[in-house]
Amino acid sequence: MNARRNQRIGLLFAMPWILGFLVFLAYPLLSSFYYSFTSFSVLRTPIWIGGENYRELLGDEVFHISLRNTVLFSAASVPLATVGAIILAMLLNTGVRGMAFYRTLFYIPSLVPMVALGVLWLWVFNGQYGLLNEGIKSTGIAGPPWLTDPAWSKWTLVIISIWGTGNAMVIYLAGLQDVPQSLYEAAEMDGAKTLRKTWHVTLPMISPVILFNVIMGIIGSLQTFALPYVMFPGGQPARSTYFFAMYLYDNAFLYQRMGYASAMGWVMFAMTLTLTLLALKLAARHVHYEGG
Amino acid sequence: MLRVAIGLGVAALGVGALVGSERAASRQTGSDRVVVTYWEKWTGDEMNAMKRVVDAFNASQDRIFVKYLSISGIADKTLLAASGGNPPDVAGLWSDQVVQFADAGALTDMSELAKEHGIGAEDYIPAYWNQVVYDGGLYALPTSPGSAAIHVNRALMPPEYDTPEEFPKTISEFDRFVDKVTRRNRDGSLETIAFLPRDGWGLWNLPHLFGGSFVEGEKVDVNGPDDLKAWTWVHSFAVRFGVRETQSFRSGFGNYSSPQNPFLSGKLATYSDGPWFSNFIRLYNPRLDWFAVPFPYPDGRPDLKGFTTLNLNTLMIPKGAAHPREAFEFLAFVQRQPVMERLCKDQRCNSPLAEVSEEFFRTHPNKEIRLFDRLARSPRAVGPIPMGIRNQIGSEVANAVDLMDLGQKKPKQALDDAQTRLEEIWAKYRRQVLAR
Repeated sequence: MNARRNQRIGLLFAMPWILGFLVFLAYPLLSSFYYSFTSFSVLRTPIWIGGENYRELLGDEVFHISLRNTVLFSAASVPLATVGAIILAMLLNTGVRGMAFYRTLFYIPSLVPMVALGVLWLWVFNGQYGLLNEGIKSTGIAGPPWLTDPAWSKWTLVIISIWGTGNAMVIYLAGLQDVPQSLYEAAEMDGAKTLRKTWHVTLPMISPVILFNVIMGIIGSLQTFALPYVMFPGGQPARSTYFFAMYLYDNAFLYQRMGYASAMGWVMFAMTLTLTLLALKLAARHVHYEGG
Repeated sequence: MLRVAIGLGVAALGVGALVGSERAASRQTGSDRVVVTYWEKWTGDEMNAMKRVVDAFNASQDRIFVKYLSISGIADKTLLAASGGNPPDVAGLWSDQVVQFADAGALTDMSELAKEHGIGAEDYIPAYWNQVVYDGGLYALPTSPGSAAIHVNRALMPPEYDTPEEFPKTISEFDRFVDKVTRRNRDGSLETIAFLPRDGWGLWNLPHLFGGSFVEGEKVDVNGPDDLKAWTWVHSFAVRFGVRETQSFRSGFGNYSSPQNPFLSGKLATYSDGPWFSNFIRLYNPRLDWFAVPFPYPDGRPDLKGFTTLNLNTLMIPKGAAHPREAFEFLAFVQRQPVMERLCKDQRCNSPLAEVSEEFFRTHPNKEIRLFDRLARSPRAVGPIPMGIRNQIGSEVANAVDLMDLGQKKPKQALDDAQTRLEEIWAKYRRQVLAR
């Protein structure tokens, strides 16, 4: 009797979350799955069209362009941001004076709102007066037109993605500080120098943290939206910066094709899930968990 | 346990009361006036200009109170609010959304209400009125409009071009002018370009300048011979200045509303824009000596003289609005000549009304307002593409011109490919939206 009463009270306390989950997550999720099989322009009743939206995606040239752009961006930015964050964390983990100050300094950029960041970077990458090209010019080389040349526009966004590594860096730093000192001492007794200690002790010990950050990085980069939306309206030039999430947004709100956009959302979900499972599978052999 | 349950109950009642009070507030004020909710996209000076109109309406009678709210992302929010069954009574959208929103069933047909108030086509400049009617229905009423003209920086003009009378009238004269005024630095890079047909406002309609269009009857038509002529002319600018050089030059352009705007910073000697641009000149480069002229016309085609692109801010009543009749009373108030003229003057625009007072022209802050008014009345004045897929048309054509400029496709090929894709999109739209 007491156990049942406790269960009821527990459920009552959990009810706000359960209701929130059902109303704000489960219902929209299931609805969007249903809408992905319909022709739906928000105000009219959705009409069931079976798998037509998914079939259309297969032959949609712009969908393929946006997918290619997104995958390329993800493939370039995730490793770069991961390596950058690890190096930064390692440098900050060397017992440098004023570490708290540097840690805060490197973390601050990830707090800047994306839209403000976009405007700021437009200035940095301005082809004629931008800080970056001014710097490059001082070496005697003319910088490229970052924002208007399709060969450079995507790379502009990849470079900017490094700006937000502060978030991952803090997590790596926490991981690094958890590596037992005794392991380094043992490695030193075996004659290991800095590089060997890094390769054989540090990286294996923080491998679960790396896996977590890589997975979060993949998910985040596949959903890239705000920055290119602000910096490159319409994915210009020549759709070189037209990302998956931008095309999804345009279909939903600009073209009022909510059913098609829902189908895109589910393709994105399937893609993210597959890549996450793949990362977990590949990592199984390389990730070292201290507890087991 | 009981306390917890009571607490939760009170919280639920609180939420309910909040929701209820919001609904109640949207209906009535303490003085029993019907509250008309009005969402508008404007901020800053433009928002304040309409605020004065709203205040004047609220003061003019004691039955209706217009609650005026500035809303960002207004199109999406209006659509979603209408879908949720709780839209504003009035939404300030653009005329280029009329067709798409009407097709989606998002707008109230105001034909009958307009008749009751004696509002009709004869009250407006035809090209503006045409933008608010669609498929036999009246889906919006105008507020401040615009028309595009070429703004000229007099300081960058050689003496033979430095007055509106001497400015080139035909495309070939204009091409010679572009070559003459464009200047390069010693290292060969571009210092000033006379004109770039992809930088400025109102340039998406350039096919009309050459007699082309985007629509032929009920079909999409972006690759006709005149369209090809138009986009080839646009592409010729990238060819004559060099793709890389133009890219590099354009990458130095700053934001539209900033001193780094390419026209305001002297990088472009001429610039297509609407009447409101005089406000940006005043704000960011008040010393700039400028004048405005109409677009040139193709040689041997004086019938194409007077081309301009039009845009129009509008007031719409979303489908499902709680107080359409009261909302329309406010809309009708805005259409009165003195009210409309004050709004348009405060927003530095021309008036959409057929009749305009001499006082309006005389006291208008834009010295070229008569030109913008004249252009709007031209038979060659062109509004937004009257098709529910106008956004897709814009996107595909912009991409086609990008590909031309980058040398990835020949103009004909780029337009043919865009046409093929748009035909598919249009067919699907007709099947999934129009046929219902």
